[in-house]
Amino acid sequence: MLIALHHIGQYFLLLNRIFKKPENFKLYWRQTLSEMVSLGLGSLGLIAIISFFMGAVVTLQTASNIDSPLIPDYAIGFATRQSFILELAPTMMCLILAGKIGSNIASEIGTMRITEQIDAFEIMGVNSASYLILPKIIAALLIVPIIIIYSMFLGVLGGAVVASYSDFSSMDKYLLGIRWNFTMFSIVYALIKTLFFAFIITSIPSFFGYYVRGGSQEIGKAATKSVVYSSIVILIVNYILTELLLM
Amino acid sequence: MIEIKNITKSFGQTKVLDDISNCFKQGEMNLIIGASGSGKSVLIKCIVGLHEVDFGNIEFNGRDFTKMSFMQRKEIRSEIGMLFQASALFNSLTVEENILFPLQMYTKMSNEEMLDRVNFCLKRVNLINVNQKYPAELSGGMQKRVGIARAIALNPKYLFCDEPNSGLDPRTGIVIDNLIMELTKEFQMTTIVVTHDMNSVMETGENIIFLHQGKKWWEGNNIEILKTDNKELCDFVYASKIMQKFKNQ
Ligand SMILES: Nc1ncnc2c1ncn2[C@@H]1O[C@H](COP(=O)(O)OP(=O)(O)OP(=O)(O)O)[C@@H](O)[C@H]1O
Ligand SMILES: [Mg+2]
Repeated sequence: MLIALHHIGQYFLLLNRIFKKPENFKLYWRQTLSEMVSLGLGSLGLIAIISFFMGAVVTLQTASNIDSPLIPDYAIGFATRQSFILELAPTMMCLILAGKIGSNIASEIGTMRITEQIDAFEIMGVNSASYLILPKIIAALLIVPIIIIYSMFLGVLGGAVVASYSDFSSMDKYLLGIRWNFTMFSIVYALIKTLFFAFIITSIPSFFGYYVRGGSQEIGKAATKSVVYSSIVILIVNYILTELLLM
Repeated sequence: MIEIKNITKSFGQTKVLDDISNCFKQGEMNLIIGASGSGKSVLIKCIVGLHEVDFGNIEFNGRDFTKMSFMQRKEIRSEIGMLFQASALFNSLTVEENILFPLQMYTKMSNEEMLDRVNFCLKRVNLINVNQKYPAELSGGMQKRVGIARAIALNPKYLFCDEPNSGLDPRTGIVIDNLIMELTKEFQMTTIVVTHDMNSVMETGENIIFLHQGKKWWEGNNIEILKTDNKELCDFVYASKIMQKFKNQ
């Protein structure tokens, strides 16, 4: 318990160091751009495949579980849209990104720690916490929402493909369901959650990587821990935000 | 000149450095030797401020480092070059970008001036045609040289090297040692080298301090070290058969 509190305190102290004024904007901006490319492009393929098939499966499941004549056919499209936009895209995809991006960040920064690269930055008068972590956080805040919108789109598309090729629904009815009772707020809501998650999946793994001590074994442990903890924090924050935003 | 006074440093309950005072001279090779785990790396990391000391003072030409604010320290740090035990090159940057980094951080040079400086430093450590390579594509000895080139990029007054020749074959090790010695004389730097390699001690030891159990156990030069009758130092110096043979002759 005490150790947990110690870690949480250390995490916030680190955040405090990260959000200091950058020494050299040009270098930071260059770093942010390259992080955007590596965080963003690196995840597009995975997210595309998962979203498309999840959309297809959600549509199939909904269709095969609705057998009451009282429920209109367009409910299938509606259910796909709602589940994707509200939860599957922001929460599930961020959990997946936590696994992919998180372990990456923790091992990258952890390696820099044990090979003394972080010390080398400090010697050169660079605030290493800020230089290494801030660009990652900013890049994620900019790029993860785009990935999530892309995931929403592909999920709905996956459902549409199923709807048009199977016999329990038609494209028209699916599209009607997709548009039925649509409010812009659900997208805004999803993106607000996404921003929180983007912060979590970059800052927590950075924290575990930054404080690695010892050898390469420790890096593996830090990577695992960072995925576990960022996933748990995402789930908790998701619950809190859902309470707050939908009430 | 760097003067340290009564440096003490503990990690938790273990005292790693215990009341160490010494004066490191300008334009000379100052060696810190000692067995593995004796606190050599911790000592130089304390001197450059990567670890905070628990007690004691560190003066860079009379300027007390331990009492400085972050900004004042940054000014001193721009006068420090450091070669790390594992080279610590930034592995996502090319050799050229590695050496450019401190220049971009601290100077207002134009791009051409910076590139000139990079090429000068690389040439000074006898490396050519490696500008666009990544550290992982270089051999250990070449990485050390890039590390040295990066350390001297800003024309430092103080050069710190943590085991510059560990992991290298004896000949390359000597080449690196001599390079550091030449640079020290050429630019009149205050150079502090951590080592546990007797070869380098004999080749370059102008001022040597020997750490044992966290204390400064002995000091002298590479001639005096052979005549010492200090028991712990003898155990260190004459650990190998070849050195014992040498002693008996
Ligand atoms: N950050 C740290 N936290 C806790 N203990 C540390 C830390 N850094 C070093 N130590 C301890 O301090 C002691 C001295 O370590 P140091 O790295 O200075 O040894 P060294 O003389 O450089 O050895 P080597 O020749 O193997 O590099 C060791 O016992 C080590 O466990
Ligand atoms: Mg060491």
